[in-house]
Amino acid sequence: MTTTPTEAASREAAEALTGVETTARSVAESAAEPATGITGAQSLVRSLEAVGVEVIFGIPGGAILPAYDPLFDSAVRHVLVRHEQGAGHAATGYAQATGRVGVCIATSGPGATNLVTPLADAYMDSVPMVAITGQVPSAAIGTDAFQEADIRGITMPVTKHNFLVTTAEEIPQRIAEAFHLASTGRPGPVLVDIPKDVLQATTDFSWPPRLDLPGYKPTTRPHGKQVREAATLIAGASRPVLYVGGGVLKAQATEELAALAELTGAPVVTTLMARGAFPDSSPQHLGMPGMHGTVAAVTALQKSDVIVALGARFDDRVTGQLSSFAPEALVVHADIDPAEIGKNRKADVPIVGDAKETIAQLVDALRAEHAAGRTPDLAVWWTQLDDWRDRYPLGYDWPEDGALSPQYVIERLGAIAGPDAIYTSGVGQHQMWAAQFIKYEKPGTWLNSGGLGTMGYSVPAAMGAKYGMPETTVWAIDGDGCFQMTNQELATCAIEGIPIKVAVINNGNLGMVRQWQTLFYEGRYSNTKLHAQEADGTPKKVRIPDFVALAEALGCVGLRCESKDDVDAVIEKAMAINDAPVVIDFVVGADAQVWPMVAAGASNDAILAARDLRPVFGEGQV
Amino acid sequence: MTRHTLSVLVENKSGVLARVSALFSRRGFNIESLAVGPTENPDLSRMTIVVDAESQPLEQITKQLNKLIEIIKIVELDGGAAVQRELLLVKVRAPLAERTQVLQTAELFRAHVIDVNTDTVTLEATGTPDKLQALLAVLAPLGIKEMAQSGTVALGRGPRAMSGAGTLRPVERSA
Repeated sequence: MTTTPTEAASREAAEALTGVETTARSVAESAAEPATGITGAQSLVRSLEAVGVEVIFGIPGGAILPAYDPLFDSAVRHVLVRHEQGAGHAATGYAQATGRVGVCIATSGPGATNLVTPLADAYMDSVPMVAITGQVPSAAIGTDAFQEADIRGITMPVTKHNFLVTTAEEIPQRIAEAFHLASTGRPGPVLVDIPKDVLQATTDFSWPPRLDLPGYKPTTRPHGKQVREAATLIAGASRPVLYVGGGVLKAQATEELAALAELTGAPVVTTLMARGAFPDSSPQHLGMPGMHGTVAAVTALQKSDVIVALGARFDDRVTGQLSSFAPEALVVHADIDPAEIGKNRKADVPIVGDAKETIAQLVDALRAEHAAGRTPDLAVWWTQLDDWRDRYPLGYDWPEDGALSPQYVIERLGAIAGPDAIYTSGVGQHQMWAAQFIKYEKPGTWLNSGGLGTMGYSVPAAMGAKYGMPETTVWAIDGDGCFQMTNQELATCAIEGIPIKVAVINNGNLGMVRQWQTLFYEGRYSNTKLHAQEADGTPKKVRIPDFVALAEALGCVGLRCESKDDVDAVIEKAMAINDAPVVIDFVVGADAQVWPMVAAGASNDAILAARDLRPVFGEGQV
Repeated sequence: MTRHTLSVLVENKSGVLARVSALFSRRGFNIESLAVGPTENPDLSRMTIVVDAESQPLEQITKQLNKLIEIIKIVELDGGAAVQRELLLVKVRAPLAERTQVLQTAELFRAHVIDVNTDTVTLEATGTPDKLQALLAVLAPLGIKEMAQSGTVALGRGPRAMSGAGTLRPVERSA
């Protein structure tokens, strides 16, 4: 097949927009052919094809219905979910696992408002996502028409940008702009709201459209002087720490990070959003910082003299009490979003730029420092770090009542499924244990809701991830509270042939809230028991719901495990099933707790390695 | 209180004002006054925003504003290097016995009479916020029946403009 310059240009445009090489070249190419006298809906679907979209997660309804007709014949696959929230998180999971833009679609009104939580989630975690919503016809806007919601107004604070399309002619341009905005600079969700009459209008189509975004110029190239200043600071540091955030994964900068780590010999900590950006097996990796981070990671930041923040945002869950965070540290803060720099912690050397380019330049600048003889000796620092790491490793106690330990289940799951699998999680205790006890070696293998903390994220996100990475084993590690929020998408998985695996860490409680009630509310368990209970509060024997029966009702294989001896066997059994989704109900003890912990608002100096166990850092050692 | 005047060029599209005001409310920034109007370029509107901020939040305000896709450019117009004006319309009680006093006050402040009847006089005055405050302080004892005041509008002094050749330096996008 010969390729005309125009076709090549449009393919390049499509590739540039999605940020990856499109797999469906012929689809994108043929979609990019000009067309006349087509409907707005056809123009929308052509645009999605031309931009290289592989899959859309969504649910049809009145206002978006015109778009579903050409979609029926399109090479773009549509996955019919059971709830729009599932569509949104699936788009996020797809994007996080593949690095491509995730796409979801919904109708006006309630369809659109059901997308608000996943949009807010994607906004907090900087996930490239495009949401398309139907809107009531233009003439009905503002009249409180049936299924009308001002979704553009509603989502302004939780999207990177959003559009209300007013004419059919502008559809290709808005779609192209939406994908460009979502995937460049600091990624984020973009919503395109299209009234029904615009979808039905007759229009012409041409591709690629001109992008008209005069106010959008993300800075990707770091300032050379700032980079050199950072290198000088790092070369002169005696207690440096590389504080790695999700931006390093977004920028696909893990190779550059590995080079920087090797060159500096500095300890690395990876935030909840960056697990997998640096291999857990590396001796330079101290683990996760923050509220439930390792003692070594939290304390390394706390006692450091230079913090090198790479695509991280000094979130309150990392810094603890801000005023007492890392009091002696000078901060190099590299981020693509200038507004993150200096927002929470003053930056001594600010660097605005893409993490991949920034880290690569930092490596070069550091080589120059080393060549000039400025090579720091970190032996004393490492002696100190190793001491903290040896004395306060991650660990857990088995429940005194003989119940199954949730940490053990998650640890074994990680060991058996291995570092090639993708793990998603909900939010709560199981999320923290999954971040702590699974060994991540590769980028894109740990997907969770970090910023917004969205319970119910894991099952739909796993669905999206599995769709994007069909050859990869995808495990959703979920709590029983989270699982009851979004498990309906297992029906989607069963019907659409998306065989995810779900480990429900079932402690019968809203475990993290219960932990706080244990620690801070004198064990008054107000409304955290999810299980049926007797009048005196003891659990009833009946299982409500019975997760095995529920899984089977949703077309999945349902398994249960209640004892340590069965854990490996049941995981291996689930690993062997690849033609249907599998759910394992791991019935675990209710009183297991996440440690270490820094209480909310407390100083990181007050970290507890375990309940009532305050680490001894050694006076005057550092 | 630290006052800063930001001149913000934005795309002339629907919803931009909502985005800007929502951003201020969501991030907990305080708006002292806000004025929006057309510019010499029909594709652009100018917002003049007076914010109440210490220097640290001001940096956050401009950085967050710059992230809005439809914002083209932000320049801080500080007192000496810019001209700033507000428009005041004020309806003052002015029975015949006191009318002379009202008119003399208007003259002192270079205000114009734009409406008059047996009981009241309506004055139009422009100036800096301080001047208009002073005018209101003098008129208050006479009896202000109603008033309407615009937000501040401002332009940088000298030959340079925010767009086109010889432009004013924007508030740094990078930190």
